[in-house]
Amino acid sequence: MLLHSVLHILKKKLKNQNPHILEHDMKVLLPLAIAMSLLTTAHVGAEELSGTLKKVKESGVIVLGHRDSSIPFSYLANDAKPIGYSVDISNKIVEAVKKELKMPNLQVRYNLVTSQTRIPLVQNGTVDVECGSTTNNIERQKQAAFSLGIFEIGTRLLTKKGGAIKDFPDLAGKNVVTTAGTTSERILKKMNEDKKMNMNIISAKDHGESFLMLESNRAVAFMMDDALLAGEMAKAKKPSEWDIVGKPQSYEIYGCLLRKDDPQFKKIVDSAIASTYKSGEINTIYKRWFESPVPPKGLNLNFPMSDDFKELIAKPTDKSAEQM
Amino acid sequence: MNYHWDWGVFFKPTGIGSEIYLDWFMTGLGWTIALALTSWIIALFIGTIIGVARTLPNKIIANLAAGYVALFRNVPLLIQLFIWYFMVPDYLPESLELWFKQDINPATSAFISTVICLGLFTAARVAEQIRTGIEALPQGQINAGLALGLRLPQLYKDVLLPQAFRIIIPPITSEFLNVFKNSSVASLIGLMELLAQTKQTAEFTANLFEAFTLATLIYFVLNMSLMLLMRKLEKRVQVPGLIALGGK
Repeated sequence: MLLHSVLHILKKKLKNQNPHILEHDMKVLLPLAIAMSLLTTAHVGAEELSGTLKKVKESGVIVLGHRDSSIPFSYLANDAKPIGYSVDISNKIVEAVKKELKMPNLQVRYNLVTSQTRIPLVQNGTVDVECGSTTNNIERQKQAAFSLGIFEIGTRLLTKKGGAIKDFPDLAGKNVVTTAGTTSERILKKMNEDKKMNMNIISAKDHGESFLMLESNRAVAFMMDDALLAGEMAKAKKPSEWDIVGKPQSYEIYGCLLRKDDPQFKKIVDSAIASTYKSGEINTIYKRWFESPVPPKGLNLNFPMSDDFKELIAKPTDKSAEQM
Repeated sequence: MNYHWDWGVFFKPTGIGSEIYLDWFMTGLGWTIALALTSWIIALFIGTIIGVARTLPNKIIANLAAGYVALFRNVPLLIQLFIWYFMVPDYLPESLELWFKQDINPATSAFISTVICLGLFTAARVAEQIRTGIEALPQGQINAGLALGLRLPQLYKDVLLPQAFRIIIPPITSEFLNVFKNSSVASLIGLMELLAQTKQTAEFTANLFEAFTLATLIYFVLNMSLMLLMRKLEKRVQVPGLIALGGK
């Protein structure tokens, strides 16, 4: 009777912690949870867990946010499981969390996010950490915390190889596409206004649609983060027809999104990233996604590591590029 | 939840020209109203024709009209929009295709696609209302009209439609309001109407909830005023005794 009510309370508690745990997971998790709660009580005296680490320890699950078409950072190819450069980074984070919590069997769950949902889902606890292609900027820092930078991009143009567009000034009076809600959109609109370039700017809903606008001749160029442009190129019907041109109009550092004011978890995340940089393992991960054939089409992005990113690896930071 | 609220965000400069974020909402509202009203005119016009066609004695015409309704009512609006925007232009003659894709402003081409899509989609729904409005009238009216020697067009114009329109004002109000809400699909082909501006503000400021709250309020106030307006219209044109509660 007593045991039963304890179980009931535990079950309830678990449910409150993470509403997404399915009933059948519960059977697996319950004994684990009981063992864990015994362990925690035995461990009083060590640093008290708080924030995300506490939540992960209690639920036995860490939830990673991922994207569906940010090639090659975080995307779905042939599997329901996301793959990509940022997913590999987030796996490093999971390893570090497993080690820290001494939970080798920690479950990992993937939760698809979009550019609109990623911040609220991290804030409300649905997602514990989101590694995708999220630019670290001052506006977002008000809502969430960022890990150390995991990538650095420049915003450039994708256009027909050998065409009339060589750089940004050539865009005057033309139709240009960019993805809605990105920094590129803001830069492009500002450029249009400040330099009176008379461009027609199309804001497509995602990178795939932006590229479709370019491919179907609605726009002469697609402005976006250079690494994502390389990713779109790799998806094209004829990748050799396209080229990335133009002087970068901004540099941006990508980071993983975490909840604010959660120093324990941020420390683990940051040290996982820093040690990946220090050990040189980052070069292997980078090669795998940017200089080798990647799914779904087995194309090589041929996107060598930029000097800016090398510098970021040498001196990791969780600041945004504009704060540097 | 660790959310940083900031209701003053709408009055902050966007960094583009001298605009503040509220200006974006107003521009968006303008597009939404333009989209909805243009689509509504198309829907009312084509919907009436199709609705009448469905009640005609000629079986071929009635079946064709039923086919139209089935096609446009049963395919999701978003798919219809993508067909109109991405596929149809590719099958136009080349000069027309290039004109549509490159010569006119992208906002104009997105506007045209959305208006055609939304107009034809809503027409199917309006047609059904018109049909039921006509069918709700007693058969005796049709017989009496024919007995008086009215021709079919006269019968519809002078007897059936004036009554049918009065009967269907309440359900057609819903369709009218739906057009305003459905016009938000245009945000997915890059037209900066209200929802697109909301998403853009949310992305740029990272104040997602404020942006969507304002958009909710704008849609609500807009539709509420339209609803009251339609109710006034209903009162104004009502014929006492036509519908059960009409004479109240």
